[in-house]
Amino acid sequence: MICVIKIPDLSGFARKLLAEISPLIYSQRYYRMKKQRFRIYFSKTEQMRFTSHLDLVLTWERTFRRAGLPLSYSEGFSPRPVMNMAAPLPLGFTSTGEIGDFWLSDVLSLSEFHPDLKKSLPPGLLIQETEEIEDIFGPKLPTLVTAASYLIILDAKSPDLPEKIENLLNSASVIRDRKGKTYDLRPLIQELNCDISSPSKLQMTLSALPGATGRPDEILAALELPATGTNICRTEIVLDTNGE
Amino acid sequence: MTNTKILSTLEKILPTVQLPGRYTGGEFNQVTKSWESVDIHLALIFPEIYDLGMSNLGLMILYDLINQQPEYSAERAFLPWTDMEDAMRKESLPLYSLETKHPLSSFDILAFSLPYESLYTNLLNSLDLAGLPIYSSERTNDHPLVIAGGHAVFNPEPVSPFIDAFVIGEGEEVIIEILDTYQSSQDQDHSRQQLLENLSQVEGVYIPSFYQPHYQADGIFSHLEKLNQKAPDTIRKRIVGTLPPPPTKLIVPYIDTVHNRAPLEIMRGCTRGCRFCHAGIVTRPVRERSQEDILKAMEVLIPDTGYSEIGLLSLSSSDYTGIVELIQAINDKFLDQNIAISLPSLRIDSVSVDLMDALAGKRRGGFTLAPEAASERLRRIINKPISDQQLLDTAREIYQRGWHTIKLYFMIGHPSETMEDVQAIADLSRKVLSEGKNIIGNRAQVHISLGTFVPKPQTPFQWVGASSPVEIKEKLDLLQKEIRGRGLKLNWNDPEETQFEAWLSRGDRRMADVIYRAWKMGAKFDAWNEHFNYQRWLDAFSQAGIEPDFYTTRERGIDEAFPWDHIQSGVKKSVLLQDYKWSKEEKIRPDCRGDCYACGILPTYNDLRHQNPGPLWLCPEVTR
Repeated sequence: MICVIKIPDLSGFARKLLAEISPLIYSQRYYRMKKQRFRIYFSKTEQMRFTSHLDLVLTWERTFRRAGLPLSYSEGFSPRPVMNMAAPLPLGFTSTGEIGDFWLSDVLSLSEFHPDLKKSLPPGLLIQETEEIEDIFGPKLPTLVTAASYLIILDAKSPDLPEKIENLLNSASVIRDRKGKTYDLRPLIQELNCDISSPSKLQMTLSALPGATGRPDEILAALELPATGTNICRTEIVLDTNGE
Repeated sequence: MTNTKILSTLEKILPTVQLPGRYTGGEFNQVTKSWESVDIHLALIFPEIYDLGMSNLGLMILYDLINQQPEYSAERAFLPWTDMEDAMRKESLPLYSLETKHPLSSFDILAFSLPYESLYTNLLNSLDLAGLPIYSSERTNDHPLVIAGGHAVFNPEPVSPFIDAFVIGEGEEVIIEILDTYQSSQDQDHSRQQLLENLSQVEGVYIPSFYQPHYQADGIFSHLEKLNQKAPDTIRKRIVGTLPPPPTKLIVPYIDTVHNRAPLEIMRGCTRGCRFCHAGIVTRPVRERSQEDILKAMEVLIPDTGYSEIGLLSLSSSDYTGIVELIQAINDKFLDQNIAISLPSLRIDSVSVDLMDALAGKRRGGFTLAPEAASERLRRIINKPISDQQLLDTAREIYQRGWHTIKLYFMIGHPSETMEDVQAIADLSRKVLSEGKNIIGNRAQVHISLGTFVPKPQTPFQWVGASSPVEIKEKLDLLQKEIRGRGLKLNWNDPEETQFEAWLSRGDRRMADVIYRAWKMGAKFDAWNEHFNYQRWLDAFSQAGIEPDFYTTRERGIDEAFPWDHIQSGVKKSVLLQDYKWSKEEKIRPDCRGDCYACGILPTYNDLRHQNPGPLWLCPEVTR
């Protein structure tokens, strides 16, 4: 049977309602439709430090398939599962603050969704929290990101670190060169502090807006700290959820 | 180096190399046993990079079987890519296992998978990176036992000085027998020599140091002298009577690999008897997995791995009994789960098109056909009797069902091939394309892949001379000129790389010196275009005082003894010889599933056939 209602005209709520009340309207297109949206807060740990963003997406797809949870798939010649990560994590970083949105082609309750998924996770992923996002077709995750926080465990001892940080923060601008382009790092730093007990730690919150994203390795370079042997962990992705 | 030191060194170097995910392990379904909890530690090693090694089904089967034994453990190791190798050598980091990060030197047994010859220098490099002496004779009780198996070891001689024990044939049963023998030898405090002697009594195990080859004055192999009287005269390959349940808890890589899918073997062996095909001979007899077992395995494969693609593997998928019913059943069960099923190695007929039609979704990439030769005469010589008409009819059907691209596999370089036969490749490809143009116009594509014929040991072509790179180049030149224009695409192999494969395929024990010298001069990753260096191999030959053409272009006499004659695939040499003679007469040997021609398999595995009656074996039943 052909679905005659023009779905894109409806609001998210109406669509969900439609998904629940119209099991009779059944076509391939309808079957694959996004019926529910979940947001997962997760960690990417040591074992998956070297898994790229693309492979992370594939790992999530496999995790859902193992759990028997029906991810929604895109249309076209090679259907892809519909999911969204807030911000790609650079290779080699770990994270305790990742966020991903996942759309399902079926309506499930959070209590049946979460335990099945947890059982199917690979060693490098940990779920902290899962929530349902009512607005299925609301703004996508990457557009909500404003900043990200990082915790860096330093390999080398650096007793003059507090002083270096103060100098950096007191500078009006910190001009750096990245891939042949110069930019000012200073306005991207929202917060930067350290703990020089052993091992030394560096904590920072950097702006993460389109065209204005601070990189923790750039901070290390600006502080003249070696990037090798350091362990960088993203601890939080700050979202602007006012729009949601 | 201890495993904790290895871990801390890795911490330092991994961020500096390409694709560090190759070197970390820890994937979903990895089996990690605590080091102290097991008696015997075995490392399964594929001497290539992780990306390729993780697609080696044989390794995964053995991994699963060994780890089911509580007293034994199997861990994995692969060869690092060159950047990682440099970093490892700089930090004195030895080759280690992915599971527990123990150095390979602390394992009891190192088991190498050698499916093809171009891995030989990588084998040496792996031993070196593990910090072990390269030559078996220099290793002592303090070193792990080094064993090797896989299709290439049906001629083990070129690498025999480096390996302590070879495993000929299917590993499922014999690997456990080897572990048991190792354990009992250890319990009795046996010396390494005694251990090897005990292993020589295990069927299918070949201890090369117990034999000494002798050569005639003209350099041709004469015979093998047995140095240990307890060792068997010939080594018969091991097979399993029934295919054991396929592994389903497959390790799922975190990074992209060559075949990022779940493999499921549906059948072993092939009844077709293409005369160039090594796998077709060494994997006989044909044993099928029952449809019921396949469906059962598929049902658990998806929740066990999460893969979105399952590859149904065999040498000739269309020949699986009831393939149409199987695909129908798979479609009924798994349709709409966003699962893709791949079915490689299809015959050139309309049934294959029906099968692919049932499996392919909207996406119709390329449809692959392997006529191998373009003239009917040459196809009779290689025993792949299909007619041009059959190929064109199938091609028409494929374009009609919505595919735009047909991939054609051809083989050049058989000594009886004339320039007319080569020209026929271009002509036939154009005919296939014009079938497509008639149906879908200019969207039709034909991609032609040219392989080069390499005479393989244990096949009916083990006697023939290989073409020289000069002859191959001439044929390639013609095809590069002829196969041009809209809709046609040509791929080919470097003739020098083929020559290299031909050297090693039918090499004898003297070849080991060439391999060693080539490796010493820096040869590794020879299967990679950017690493293969032809001149280096020629230099290694001349340093070793060996004439390279002796192994390739020389046609062998029909009464010549071969360095691999003691390794028995179950197919009699007399039958191979008859097939060789028939090829010269362009005489076809029909598919043996209808009519057994007594290739030798049944008398060799009579008992096994008797214990496994029924239709899963394609050989006739035996009565006693």
